[in-house]
Amino acid sequence: MITHHLNDNLLMAYSAGSLPEAFNLVVATHISVCDDCRARLAGFDALGGALMEDDEADLAEDSLANVMARIKSGAATAKPAPKPRDPVLPSPLVDAIGGGLDAVQWRPVGGGVRQAILRTSDKASARLLHIPAGAAVPDHGHQGLELTLVLQGAFRDEEARFARGDVEIATQDTQHTPIAEPGADCICLAATDAPLKFRAILPRLAQPFLRI
Amino acid sequence: RVSSDKDKDWGAALRRVADAQDRDAFAELFGHFGPRVKAYLMKSGADAASAEECTQDVMVTVWRKAGQFNPARASAATWIFTIARNRRIDMLRRDNRPDPEDLPWGPEAEPDQEDALSLQQETEKLANALRELPEAQRSMIERAYFNDLSHSEIADATGLPLGTIKSRIRLALERLRHSLS
Ligand SMILES: [Zn+2]
Ligand SMILES: [Zn+2]
Repeated sequence: MITHHLNDNLLMAYSAGSLPEAFNLVVATHISVCDDCRARLAGFDALGGALMEDDEADLAEDSLANVMARIKSGAATAKPAPKPRDPVLPSPLVDAIGGGLDAVQWRPVGGGVRQAILRTSDKASARLLHIPAGAAVPDHGHQGLELTLVLQGAFRDEEARFARGDVEIATQDTQHTPIAEPGADCICLAATDAPLKFRAILPRLAQPFLRI
Repeated sequence: RVSSDKDKDWGAALRRVADAQDRDAFAELFGHFGPRVKAYLMKSGADAASAEECTQDVMVTVWRKAGQFNPARASAATWIFTIARNRRIDMLRRDNRPDPEDLPWGPEAEPDQEDALSLQQETEKLANALRELPEAQRSMIERAYFNDLSHSEIADATGLPLGTIKSRIRLALERLRHSLS
């Protein structure tokens, strides 16, 4: 049962197509497992459709003729067959990784925590985190927005408990120490648009290696 | 300016394209949505020539994917908007935007007439509510969809009084739950 969802701001920006790629990945992955946000997103898509309905621009004279000529030369596309599902990773992540969990290139980042950077742009970066059961991610604050989506296991921080499908939305005002619950190791997808600010001196030194 | 054919059943026209490769139905769809897709692309910053080229791409996609249109999940305008938006992202070589995993969808899950109708009605109400918004509020939403407000700026546009209708669209879609998670 998912209790922490995407907010309207993120859903509208995803619908409008103005989110950085790393956040798009988190949104698409959450929606893959959350029918609630899928339906809310459909509301924002409907808003885009309604806006598009209200204005017109003149087409070129030969516009329809060009399109009909291209249609004649190509067949309709069948709906692609659904790919086999990975039990942990929804398909947007499988596509981003190029495979399932066993294809992830983990790198240790200290304290038993491992990460795999998925994509980095100048605007935002996404990475998978593997936190051993009971272990903590160092205490940190945020200069921008950080989205953390749980894929396996669960973590807790000062705010709440987050289990599979839950998204934590952390902003400048959030200072937290996520701790994986005992039991299963916790695997998360995390995206940030600014480097994290670690409070302790040691993680601060480690930051260039973490690339977060 | 808005043509008077906006109340036409465009979903049925898409069905005819999908089922019978009906060129007349497609020409009508093209006449209605082509100019709207082009206006959307130009408002999003494309020059007239690339907007024209992209519009043609979008309409070719509409023909090819017409069989994937499902009236219980989206209105024709909503569906064509999502195609145009994805094409716009490609055109501007912007950040890749992965789509969510699709709902399992087989021949046994024919779109339910009642779902399709209620979605259609809610979508029309949303369009009307949008037209009645004060200019400043409407232009905030337009900027979010057309002119690329950053995701943090978009926060100001999401609290606008369309929430009730958006949540009814969500209710209309709620039966489309699937068994993940
Ligand atoms: Zn959700
Ligand atoms: Zn954090």
